[in-house]
Amino acid sequence: MELLNLFVKSIFIDNMIFALFLGMCSYLAVSKTVKTSVGLGLAVTFVLCVTLPVNYLLDTYVLRPNALAEGVDLSYLSFIVFIAVIAAIVQIVEMVVEKFAPALYGSLGIFLPLIAVNCAILGGSLFMQQKEFENFAEPVVYALGSGIGWLFAIACLAAIREKLSYSNVPAPLKGLGITFIVTGLMAIAFLSFSGIQL
Amino acid sequence: MAAEKKPGIFAGPLWTNNPVVVQVLGICSALAVTTQMKPALVMGISLTCVLAFANVIISLLRNTIPNRIRIIVELVVVAALVILVNQILQAFAFEVSKQLSVYVGLIITNCILMGRLEAFALGNKPWPALMDGLGNGLGYAIILFVVATFREFFGSGTLFGIDVIARFVNESGYDGYQNCGFFVMPSAALIILGCIIWYLRAKNPDLQEK
Repeated sequence: MELLNLFVKSIFIDNMIFALFLGMCSYLAVSKTVKTSVGLGLAVTFVLCVTLPVNYLLDTYVLRPNALAEGVDLSYLSFIVFIAVIAAIVQIVEMVVEKFAPALYGSLGIFLPLIAVNCAILGGSLFMQQKEFENFAEPVVYALGSGIGWLFAIACLAAIREKLSYSNVPAPLKGLGITFIVTGLMAIAFLSFSGIQL
Repeated sequence: MAAEKKPGIFAGPLWTNNPVVVQVLGICSALAVTTQMKPALVMGISLTCVLAFANVIISLLRNTIPNRIRIIVELVVVAALVILVNQILQAFAFEVSKQLSVYVGLIITNCILMGRLEAFALGNKPWPALMDGLGNGLGYAIILFVVATFREFFGSGTLFGIDVIARFVNESGYDGYQNCGFFVMPSAALIILGCIIWYLRAKNPDLQEK
């Protein structure tokens, strides 16, 4: 029940885009068509689900105060460790996918290098560290929920932008401006989920 | 920029080639830390420092970094600088660093950094790289500051934590004033930024899309 609550909360209430503004850059750049944005969303979800548990284990058994040995506090290293883990895992995932699933690589591959520097991935790890999860299942569920929330947001925006390209937007507002305002309105809609408890 | 007068490396990013509203980089943190002006200002200064130093370091190393691993090298340099900034903030501005929470760490993946390092520092000498870093950092700080001013003034009725509206209203003897809670919410940041882009592109038709 706790896990289900965390899952729903990370999709709708703490949505990475509408509430925390994580991964906005690729969200704005890649949301022109539904197909590519779903591809990017799946890649983000996948990388989150791999990196977050790894970073959780590192945080719990190495970085926390007194985790490695009594009196050793390595928590100031967490930024550099997290980003190194993310960059390395993205590199490995890219090679593995290219070798064993060429079809998947064709659709996901181009996004993988982009993801190493996506704020959503590092942000996920940093929020995980802040939330102080107690067991291994929680970060996994949190990663899955956040990734799906991100996927959901970018797919919705891409669908709206596809329709928007037929409408008559004032010239200075075209493109970026209207995308921001649409995202703002979507964020208002997502506010209605706040306070849900399962 | 097709303009006939070419703005300098330092002045260009402040307005006409602003990293946030023109190059669309570094939006994430620009929106998350702007509910109040003080954290926004601290964030702007932190990013400017990190960007200027990272630009200089990468520019000094540009002939020794192998092309294949340059992203990793850049990330490590930036992460080290961000750790320094974070430690300094925790030591001297603890309250603000609590408010900024993870967004200080997210400077590492801020697209402005990667964008400027890749596009400028890797191909230029340290001095222009320093100017480029300062210009882009301050351009980012200006946008943060503008958005935060709107959000704090209308959302909480204060500026830099000093009560402005309520004091004025109370003196006039009218006590029905309510702050607009909408401006504190995340969606307001998006809409304000959208409006800034709208204004900027209406003023400068070169930037309009299609």
